[in-house]
Amino acid sequence: MSEQQTATATKTVVFDIHRQDTATSSPYVERFEVPYRPNMNVISALMEIRRNPVNAKGEKTTPINWDMNCLEEVCGACSMVINGRPRQSCTALVDQLTQPIKLEPMRTFPVVRDLVVDREFMFDSLKRIKAWVPIDGTYDLGEGPRMPERKRQWAYELSKCMTCGVCLEACPNVNDKTNFMGPALMSQVRLFNAHPTGAMNKDERLATVMGDGGITECGNSQNCVVACPKGIPLTTSIGAIGRATTIQMFKNFFGSDHQVD
Amino acid sequence: MSKETDFFLRRLHSLLGVIPVGLFVAQHLVINHFATRGEEAFNTASNFMGNLPFVFFLEWFIIYIPLMFHAFYGVYIAFSAKYNVGHYSTFRNWMFTLQRFTGVFLVIFIAWHVYETRIQKALGTEVDFNMMVDILSNPFMLVFYILGVVSATFHLANGLWSFCVTWGIAQSPRSQKIVSYITIVIFLILSVIGIQALLAFV
Repeated sequence: MSEQQTATATKTVVFDIHRQDTATSSPYVERFEVPYRPNMNVISALMEIRRNPVNAKGEKTTPINWDMNCLEEVCGACSMVINGRPRQSCTALVDQLTQPIKLEPMRTFPVVRDLVVDREFMFDSLKRIKAWVPIDGTYDLGEGPRMPERKRQWAYELSKCMTCGVCLEACPNVNDKTNFMGPALMSQVRLFNAHPTGAMNKDERLATVMGDGGITECGNSQNCVVACPKGIPLTTSIGAIGRATTIQMFKNFFGSDHQVD
Repeated sequence: MSKETDFFLRRLHSLLGVIPVGLFVAQHLVINHFATRGEEAFNTASNFMGNLPFVFFLEWFIIYIPLMFHAFYGVYIAFSAKYNVGHYSTFRNWMFTLQRFTGVFLVIFIAWHVYETRIQKALGTEVDFNMMVDILSNPFMLVFYILGVVSATFHLANGLWSFCVTWGIAQSPRSQKIVSYITIVIFLILSVIGIQALLAFV
């Protein structure tokens, strides 16, 4: 073993992990010291703890539960609150974090166990806003209208949303006192309403976000756009939905007979 | 209250904050500014406003009812947020927090202000220059009134910004930034007008 490797092998990384054994049991903090390796991320440290589940006091404990899947920040599963800020643990590099590194579950969502949360609220909301392009029929509907290439490039940015829940965690208005669906969902309404085929149902999506937990719960703290790991222009989407719902409201109120276009 | 009506109530809350409540606040501060021209000028202006035709109707429909709706629905909004400026210390998150903080403070301030002036008038006390001199001779009340005026101008100016965003007038980050600058200027101008008037009574 070279001199440098010996030096790094003795270095440790300290983690304070907020744990919870079941969905209903009370949370507690457990400290871990993990041997340092160059370029390690939070997930590799959690894997190290899983391999050798001993806490900083030297007591044997249960391995940490957390969610992960793609490990390249496109699936959103490994989101957690790291040093106070929600983000993906796969791209949270230990070298860039202040120690002790504090890991907490995103408590905006129901905690399942340790760092695992249930993001079903977001998936249900996606169903509520009809976050899809309806193409099914009893016969071949043929090709849909073409989408201009420049519009497609713009829409691609909005489509990067991975429903990770970070913007909901950062938002002061997503909590158990409100039903706010969250910034990501407002942006998804904009995405699907911008699609030439999706736009055929745009009044239905707008009706949903003008209802319970919709656009009106936004208080413009604009944390979402700062927190979004994919750099999605969430506040611009919220502004756009604000404008679209204003127009829709006047259409509804003054009784226009064409609700879609 | 059905959750489906939230959209309309919240938009009404946003609209009423500007028209008529915001306009009334601006008008009130401008009329107060007569105090800088002396006792007589202030009393003349105050009498003119207090003796407008249909004053009872104007007070209830332009001030009390919209203001009470804006205040009570606003308190509900303020207490339904989970504040996190500690983790997100951005300008907008501070504005979000201060908007709610000043809103709740203004409910207290305005309740006290209305009790001390309008309700006393209804009970037979004369509302004039000397009444304000009396009130503001107490340094604690002077600070309370200055905080009240600055909270009101802040809440109005920042409220104009969120009005523009909520209704979809300012959508892009650039337009929202321009509206921010405009509302900061409005805040500064109205604050100077309001504080100058208060200091004229001291």
